[in-house]
Amino acid sequence: MTEITDLDVRDGVDRETVETVQNMGSYKYGWNTEIEMDFAPKGVNEDIVRLISQKNEEPEWMTEWRLDAYRRWVTMSEPRWAMLNYPDIDYQDQYYYARPKSMEVKPKSLDEVDPTLLATYEKLGIPLKEQMILAGVEGAEETPAEARKVAVDAVFDSVSLGTTFKDELAKAGVIFCPISEAIREHPELVKKYLGSVVPQSDNFFATLNSAVFSDGSFVYVPPGVRCPMELSTYFRINAENTGQFERTLIIADKGSYVSYLEGCTAPKRDTHQLHAAVVEIVILEDAEVKYSTVQNWYPGDEEGKGGIYNFVTKRADCREARAKVMWTQVETGSAITWKYPSCILRGEEAQGEFYSIAIANNFQQADTGTKMIHLGRNTRSRIVSKGISAGQAQNTYRGLVSMHPRATNSRNYTQCDSLLIGDKCGAHTVPYIEVKNTSSRVEHEATTSKVDDDQLFYCRSRGMDEEEAVALVVNGFCREVLQALPMEFAMEAQSLVAISLEGSVG
Amino acid sequence: MLKINNLHVKLEEEDKQILNGLSLEVPAGQVHAIMGPNGSGKSTLSYVLSGRDGYEVTEGGATLDGRDLLAMEPEERAAAGLFLAFQYPVEIPGVGNMTFLRTAVNAQRKARGEEELSSGEFLKLVRAKAKDLQIDADMLKRPVNVGFSGGEKKRNEILQMAMLEPRMCIMDETDSGLDVDAMRLVADGVNALRSADRSFLVITHYQRLLNHIQPDVVHILSNGRIIKTGGPELALQVEEEGYGDILSEAG
Repeated sequence: MTEITDLDVRDGVDRETVETVQNMGSYKYGWNTEIEMDFAPKGVNEDIVRLISQKNEEPEWMTEWRLDAYRRWVTMSEPRWAMLNYPDIDYQDQYYYARPKSMEVKPKSLDEVDPTLLATYEKLGIPLKEQMILAGVEGAEETPAEARKVAVDAVFDSVSLGTTFKDELAKAGVIFCPISEAIREHPELVKKYLGSVVPQSDNFFATLNSAVFSDGSFVYVPPGVRCPMELSTYFRINAENTGQFERTLIIADKGSYVSYLEGCTAPKRDTHQLHAAVVEIVILEDAEVKYSTVQNWYPGDEEGKGGIYNFVTKRADCREARAKVMWTQVETGSAITWKYPSCILRGEEAQGEFYSIAIANNFQQADTGTKMIHLGRNTRSRIVSKGISAGQAQNTYRGLVSMHPRATNSRNYTQCDSLLIGDKCGAHTVPYIEVKNTSSRVEHEATTSKVDDDQLFYCRSRGMDEEEAVALVVNGFCREVLQALPMEFAMEAQSLVAISLEGSVG
Repeated sequence: MLKINNLHVKLEEEDKQILNGLSLEVPAGQVHAIMGPNGSGKSTLSYVLSGRDGYEVTEGGATLDGRDLLAMEPEERAAAGLFLAFQYPVEIPGVGNMTFLRTAVNAQRKARGEEELSSGEFLKLVRAKAKDLQIDADMLKRPVNVGFSGGEKKRNEILQMAMLEPRMCIMDETDSGLDVDAMRLVADGVNALRSADRSFLVITHYQRLLNHIQPDVVHILSNGRIIKTGGPELALQVEEEGYGDILSEAG
């Protein structure tokens, strides 16, 4: 655990891995060279899918579910309709399972924990006690809790490292645990809801995820319960050439409420890393879910080398009347972003909101937006998207607002603003609007502007340096979205905006 | 304090000379006024001194406390104690006035190696100074200059000046667009800031502001040069007779 960035492991874990695969008997090629690290062999096939399932000690039905997805995936082809330019991905040249060094030997105190690990936690605003629990420090659970509470689940590469405040959440009846654990301990919930929002066959990346997802978070909030604290998952891709495929399933039962935060980081690598996550949210009658993301995957360097390829499927199903979901995302990282957090407004008077800041600098490319699918009567949705392009980046907003025939008296309001910094970047807005009844109303507003030299000079004449000035102006541009974030995240997001735009002027 | 020596400036984009050998010295604690007809180079002077892009200095220079002003970035000039009250203060949507002020104050403190003000300290300070200028809490919360009236914008400039405590204040036609009451408020704000180690360069088209802010020295600018320097009575002369006589006198 103390050397989490350094996966030169030859402990019990990989022996177990070898045995597992040997017992399966079919996949041997390349095994010996790869075993030096605690990875499953490169590439994906049915055996790898079985291995992942076995590693997570999953029941048979889950293994079959994955295999079913895998068999569909091999018949599918990668979507290429997005305004994204990248070389073909060799899906057999990735690792689909990587595991940090065995956590048998626990550090005694924070001093023994990898400082870079703690620094990343700290940056995410995770309080000390939770840092200790996450880092596996002995006796951390007994340390008195601090005043502010955010329960945290951390996923490194493919494995969930631990969840904090579990007991306290359990008292409220809230289940918050790694999805691998939920599959074992709460199969009835998982069986009922997994794939019910994003089916196995949904799209190329979601299907791949369904086959090979290794871990992720699971949340269940029982009827009428207001989750006593914010829940947070922290994802990190560490190992080289490793794809991360986490799966999150959130169920808000009738009349419940939960606010969920997701943070992502990855170290600098020269090579591209693949990230294909799926997030499913089920919201029942009168329940409300707020889902906030600060995505800060490694974006690649100034020349466009390296960076994460981020292909994510996120969807919330407001399944019953008056269910409500609010997506807030701050996308500053990734070389490629392909992501459309969507809302299915099925129940009557269901509400969906989407607030987004997407920043693309240097050679980053982002094709992101949302889908608001209005199925129920009197449903409402609101989209506020702020795209910022700098350097040679391309930033596309792609959104769908669909009013079905039965979604009478429904409403949507969309506001799409783009900001350009410099003269080599691009901003694109691609709204799709389908209205199939006569009583619904859809509004779309879009603006494109440049960071104004007069504004920058005004700030600088007051003593701010150029980057501070740009950050201030851009933060002003994003304000409506930043305000939608929970407090701690808003601070983090503001400084991220500044960091992401470093070197974009001058 | 501020020394301008034989300053020649042309526009970068077109071959147009704006300042033609302007020389000027403002000692510590003094208020100098620069008056001149339209197109004489008043605003160019303020922009060049504060470091705006688009101008090229072809000859001469300017120093602040002996430091080469023109070699510094705009933010370095600010940290060195230079402040420009804009003729047209710029709007910054979405950025709260308070946030803007605090970012500016702390940026300068950081640049000077001083400790940044905490939120509490800052709040106390800004409230006290805002009160003097009759700037209410609402105006502090609103985005910088967005939807401000002309008078509010100018008062906001003076608030920034009061918060940043510069040594050398340049006021570019601060009186433009102000009614009598607003002008008095602004002038009171400026007068409250006058001190033995702070100087002002008040650029104005009309004499009326100088009734409220008494200058020590008045310069007449024409065609990019100072053509006449005198006491406050020079401003009165301009008010009564216009620029005509002075201009023809200077040839």
